[in-house]
Amino acid sequence: MSAVLQNLINQPYKHGFVTEIESDVAPKGLNEDIIRLISTKKNEPAWLLDFRLKAYQQWLKMEEPKWPNVKYPRIDFQAISYYAAPKPKKKLNSMDEVDPELLRTFEKLGVPMHERAALAGVAVDVIFDSVSVATTYKQKLAEVGIIFCSISEAVHAYPELVKQYLGTVVPVGDNYYAALNSAVFTDGTFCFIPKGVKCPMDLSTYFRINTEESGQFERTLIVAEEGSSVSYLEGCTAPRFDTNQLHAAVVELIALDNADIKYSTVQNWYAGDEKGVGGIYNFVTKRGLAKGVNSRISWTQVETGSAITWKYPSCILQGESSVGEFYSVAVTNNYQQADTGTKMIHIGKNTRSTIVSKGISAGHSNNSYRGLVRIAPTASGARNYSQCDSMLIGDQCGAHTFPYIQVRNQNAKVEHEASTSKIGEDQLFYFAQRGIGSEEAVSMIINGFCKDVFQQLPMEFAVEATKLLGFKLEGSVG
Amino acid sequence: MIHQDSKTILEVSGLRAAVDGVEILKGVDLIVKSGEVHAIMGTNGSGKSTFAKVLAGHSAYQVTGGSVLFEGRNLFDLEPEERARAGVFLAFQYPIEIPGVSNSHFLRLAYNTLQSQRGKDELDPLEFEDFVREKMRLLEMNPNFLDRGVNEGFSGGEKKRNEILQMALLEPRLAILDETDSGLDIDALRIVTNGVNKLANKDNAIILVTHYQRMLNYIEPDYVHVMRGGRIVKTGGKELALDLETRGYDWVGVERRAPASA
Ligand SMILES: Nc1ncnc2c1ncn2[C@@H]1O[C@H](COP(=O)(O)OP(=O)(O)O)[C@@H](O)[C@H]1O
Ligand SMILES: [Mg+2]
Repeated sequence: MSAVLQNLINQPYKHGFVTEIESDVAPKGLNEDIIRLISTKKNEPAWLLDFRLKAYQQWLKMEEPKWPNVKYPRIDFQAISYYAAPKPKKKLNSMDEVDPELLRTFEKLGVPMHERAALAGVAVDVIFDSVSVATTYKQKLAEVGIIFCSISEAVHAYPELVKQYLGTVVPVGDNYYAALNSAVFTDGTFCFIPKGVKCPMDLSTYFRINTEESGQFERTLIVAEEGSSVSYLEGCTAPRFDTNQLHAAVVELIALDNADIKYSTVQNWYAGDEKGVGGIYNFVTKRGLAKGVNSRISWTQVETGSAITWKYPSCILQGESSVGEFYSVAVTNNYQQADTGTKMIHIGKNTRSTIVSKGISAGHSNNSYRGLVRIAPTASGARNYSQCDSMLIGDQCGAHTFPYIQVRNQNAKVEHEASTSKIGEDQLFYFAQRGIGSEEAVSMIINGFCKDVFQQLPMEFAVEATKLLGFKLEGSVG
Repeated sequence: MIHQDSKTILEVSGLRAAVDGVEILKGVDLIVKSGEVHAIMGTNGSGKSTFAKVLAGHSAYQVTGGSVLFEGRNLFDLEPEERARAGVFLAFQYPIEIPGVSNSHFLRLAYNTLQSQRGKDELDPLEFEDFVREKMRLLEMNPNFLDRGVNEGFSGGEKKRNEILQMALLEPRLAILDETDSGLDIDALRIVTNGVNKLANKDNAIILVTHYQRMLNYIEPDYVHVMRGGRIVKTGGKELALDLETRGYDWVGVERRAPASA
């Protein structure tokens, strides 16, 4: 059987190609001068440079976190280049002017853009390495007052808004990688939904790391004002390199009274080869502040890529009756390691949170769920429901669950359920005995296992995620 | 029912099989013809389930000797799913749970896989729903079993009914029912065996594995075999089952075994 399963779960990475575009790369290493260089290149206002320098000073005093259940050699932060921008021939006014090589890359990645974007009704803000290359649909969104642009652009066009919210959910010194990001972030997405506006379409950003040895440090800030709502989709892929690349992003979400933010991610960064060589270190801080009454922050993630994933999309439930949700599928294969989960911090009265985590481990991989549910003394009537299920494929992999529950209010209710299952010989035999081959069987079992999470994804994303899991876990059987 | 122009469906000669290097089947001989019902009885651990799983192709068991022809073809040339598609069906003694995979989705996929194999039309979900409900009525099953995960949280008896439901859907040439009677109360036993009887015809064959004679009151076997130590040591008519019921298994095969195998 193990041969069958091995074939099933070994599938080459499909997005591994490098786009040959001249890059404008900063010299390797990190110091104040580099930070000033980034800030100058981006023509930033003084307050932002201060923000960066403050973060850098804090970062210098911090230690890399050692508690995650992952192993990797020490990262040499001086060997990384902190800025890489594709050199455009001239200023771009439309998609037609975008480097065709770049467009072909997007095409290979299947990014819905240009006409396809229009047909799909998706607005795409494309991040290529660090600079936002093209933004579609901005016009249409602008008509209802929605701002959707690169964060560099927002810094110039809407400095007050950015200044008001940047770093308020994830402070510059929050953790090692967030501090690093705050010091050196090069681009990212800004999204602002004004009072009472329901965003008419899903907003989507595809991130892609292209230059070898260039870390990517993007920054996302989404603000939903009173009574507004938005659904944001993030997809990630990266080409294959033998060296490891660092990706340390920060995402901040802010929902005011009765606002609703849904953030969905399908992450398929290069995971390294079948021996564990290469791949992305995905060390990401994502946090949402449900600030207003009845506000809602919902994270859905399908994590299939990266050599190492270290990521805990969290919710701070400050507003009364605010809601936090975390739906996650994390798949690891070969030598991948994932330590992922969430934090639900209940502060307001009658706040509610739901955690559904599905971990799938195959090959020699290691998959950990780590989740914190904290009920503050102020959070009377708070409720949490957590469900953490692990599935093992083969017997060389590991699944771990680290739930932390801190309840400081007697009127709160916290429920935690966990299970571990295994796709075993006997299940596959049962399918086979009914005429169903192992490839189809595995895909059916996995999709059944992930159903509660996939259901949360927007339609096209759910289809993509299902396919991705297929690639990831199926292969050349029979 | 034994009849004149029957065809040989299964021909097992000297079958030996091992698990983890331990030989469990030690030379099984059996011929099954169309229209026949065979009962295989024997104490726990005598190798009945092993025999059933080896026929179905479970990968944990290694065939170490002998041969099996299924409708004239070497059964061991076929992968487990190919055997199923060729018409070998095993109702499991312990049907496994597959959480999250809806029973109706699973049943439809299994059904359509066989239909296309047989060159017949596949059914879309709505057509299948009608079709499967009718089969469920036959087994007096509640339609809400369709919406649940495959065997997920089913009682022992419900799992067994779900197995026979699959038999009804897949219309196998050879059905091997491994202790389908265990876990069924008397009403359920009547319903399930009634269902099996309706499925039996002159073109197919059934092997009933059981160690109680009570099931044989409902499904009348043409032959009763006694398995012991990984071999069929005695074969008789249905009256043999009654004999076993009163005298136990200890006496069976003893006379044959003595000199050679010590
Ligand atoms: N997977 C297995 N690993 C080890 N021993 C097994 C395995 N399957 C069956 N056996 C052994 O083979 C013998 C026959 O078992 P089985 O075929 O299940 O008997 P029965 O169905 O007649 O009760 C028993 O001694 C049992 O312990
Ligand atoms: Mg048995």
